[in-house]
Amino acid sequence: MARHTLSVLVEDVPGVLTRVASLFARRAFNIHSLAVGPTEVDGFSRITVVVEAEGDLLEQVTKQLNKLINVIKIVELVPESSVQRDHILVKVRADAATRLQVTQAADLFRASVVDVSTDSLVIEATGTAEKLTALLSVLEPFGVREIVQSGTLAIGRGSRSMSDRALRSA
Amino acid sequence: MSKGSPISPSLMANKAPAQADAAKNKDVAASVSSIVDAVSPVQGPNNIVPSTEMTGSQAVVRSLEELGVEDVFGLPGGAILPTYDPLMDSTRINHVLVRHEQGAGHAAQGYAMVTGKAGVCIATSGPGATNLVTAIADAHMDSVPMVAITGQVSSAVIGSDAFQEADIVGITMPITKHSYLVTKAADIPRVLAEAFHIATTGRPGPVLVDITKDAQQSMMSFSWPPRIDIPGYRTVVRGHSKQVREAAKLIASAERPVFYVGGGVVKAHAAAELLELAELVGAPVTTTLMARGVFPDSHAQHVGMPGMHGSVSAVTALQQADLLITLGARFDDRVTGVLSSFAPGAKVIHADIDPAEISKNRAADVPIVGSVKEIIPELIQACRERFAESGAPDLSEWWSQLNRLKETYPLGFTEPEDGLMAPQQVIQRIGELTGPEGVYVAGVGQHQMWSAQFIKYERPQAWLNSGGLGTMGYSVPAAMGAKVGNPERVVWSIDGDGCFQMTNQELATCALNNIPIKVAVINNSSLGMVRQWQTLFYDGRYSNTDLHTGHETVRIPDFVKLADAYGCVGLRCERPEDIDATIKQALEINDRPVIIDFVVSPNAMVWPMVPAGVSNDLIQIARNMTPEWEEED
Repeated sequence: MARHTLSVLVEDVPGVLTRVASLFARRAFNIHSLAVGPTEVDGFSRITVVVEAEGDLLEQVTKQLNKLINVIKIVELVPESSVQRDHILVKVRADAATRLQVTQAADLFRASVVDVSTDSLVIEATGTAEKLTALLSVLEPFGVREIVQSGTLAIGRGSRSMSDRALRSA
Repeated sequence: MSKGSPISPSLMANKAPAQADAAKNKDVAASVSSIVDAVSPVQGPNNIVPSTEMTGSQAVVRSLEELGVEDVFGLPGGAILPTYDPLMDSTRINHVLVRHEQGAGHAAQGYAMVTGKAGVCIATSGPGATNLVTAIADAHMDSVPMVAITGQVSSAVIGSDAFQEADIVGITMPITKHSYLVTKAADIPRVLAEAFHIATTGRPGPVLVDITKDAQQSMMSFSWPPRIDIPGYRTVVRGHSKQVREAAKLIASAERPVFYVGGGVVKAHAAAELLELAELVGAPVTTTLMARGVFPDSHAQHVGMPGMHGSVSAVTALQQADLLITLGARFDDRVTGVLSSFAPGAKVIHADIDPAEISKNRAADVPIVGSVKEIIPELIQACRERFAESGAPDLSEWWSQLNRLKETYPLGFTEPEDGLMAPQQVIQRIGELTGPEGVYVAGVGQHQMWSAQFIKYERPQAWLNSGGLGTMGYSVPAAMGAKVGNPERVVWSIDGDGCFQMTNQELATCALNNIPIKVAVINNSSLGMVRQWQTLFYDGRYSNTDLHTGHETVRIPDFVKLADAYGCVGLRCERPEDIDATIKQALEINDRPVIIDFVVSPNAMVWPMVPAGVSNDLIQIARNMTPEWEEED
């Protein structure tokens, strides 16, 4: 099923993430990834959620989300007119013999090494999901020991601000 | 075609305009400072109360008073104790002490259904709050405006598994329209005002307000009205005019249009508007289980209730329609049967205040988001203009087909072969002897369906039942709430012997508080609807459906003795020739609740029936008997 990225502007009140997450669970909507954090406006948070849904189901997802009182606004961010990034930290085996090869691979992906020990490296990378998948496949032969990833973050291109417009009309 | 005439003031237009006004002016919320506009979203008389020091619990009571609340249902306990103290002094609020919190919840629902105002129930933390869950879920499914106030353990011990602690906000999240956890006394007036606003506007629903004990006990500065701040809550009330014109176009060109009318029309107080539109268009009207009475049963255009136990004429009208004019209904599975086979040839106009209902189950050709109270008059106007241009649709062929069905397959029942009373006859006579001004509150099961079928409803808010959730035990407490809301009306609880045993403890509440409801226990000595399915689909293997309350059983409990124990009048009726006299006797008793044990046949079944999992075209008028269809279509 196709993935769609929704940006959900919410009031920053206790339980709001639970409300959003439990709505997905109750209505059997699939979440692929989820990221939440404060915005430039005090009292408002933004949840970026990647859902596996299309057509009527996607419409139901947004309509049901809109019914939550703490949800201010929802926009779908399509790849063509938005920037979408994932963030990843990877712990890779790297001893004296392979360290250089691993750091070179990281360089090629414009990833940075953020921790070094005698037999491992931690690499930090930001990019589209596709780029990170490619990075991981290059690192795989060296021995990936640990991966931690954020949910997708997304923002619309151009000067317009989602929260600005939403809060003015509210 | 005869014109139905309004027989009740509640059919008149402009009833309860306060809610619509509040919703219309939702934009005001953002701009309100401390000054109140004439059209405040804060409900109630909007008295100005200057800043006064008081405790949080006094603020709860005072806020309810200022919101115009007159009756509440509840039961105290540790975490809500602080609020019960000032409640004792309130002269404006009548508190009805229930025997179980579920009873308070259903009573609030019954109260809300007959008055159109939000029902209020109060419980303590933990088990008190969880006992409200069924009623909250019920109100959520049936869109009943309700505010549930619960005590919570002190904020300092939340999360420590304290005595009588339950995360009721978390538990009820999926079954409330919204919920609040209040930990600061200062938030109480605003939160309660918001709760009533949310519960009663838009698509109504239950709102939970959970208040910690320390918030109730702390001092705060009370002033009224509070400033409501709900930036994420917007309700569209007016329908899009282009869509309304589009709908009129479809109506004008339809050959077999049908009104599919749901509970939303009751909630919007739009019965008068519906009558005008229906008579203008001349199309058949079906009223769902939640909408019984919103269009008069006696009206020639009424073809019945649709759905699993709907009339042949209503079910067939929808199946063969070329246009569904859907008003405040939600294509529930009990109406549609197998969705893909429902009204296969019909285009769909769908007007609803909840955008998420539109195209949820059935794709709408013309979606109209808004209140039917606003949309229907606009649609009337648009249809008039259309009809003036291109003439009103000629539906005579459609009507001759439907009238044939109505005449050939009227609702009816056969006398049971075991010589016991027919439950349908008992229910029919209750309706006939009480009349359309009565209020009828059913439980869930066979007696509920028979009450929907065999009582003639002529006005909205006369028929209450648990439609969406199907809560056995709804009837007695909901009838109690309805009687508190409409004390001048005769209120019948039509209950089953199974349902009645779930919540009959509220008879004590009724008896002690002078709430003289009348309970007709349709006693077939079994969980009748389950038994019916066992008869039809499980080879008559009656697994755990015999309740031993009826004819030639041990009669545990004996409902007449039970009535007596609760200080109510208990009557028993076992012979058809006694039905009328017993009902008349009950109608004459108004100083106490009356419980009638109608001992009926356990073998009576609800017909017509569309078996689960098949198309509505396979409706059966009796076991293995389907109507003979016309060749056409």
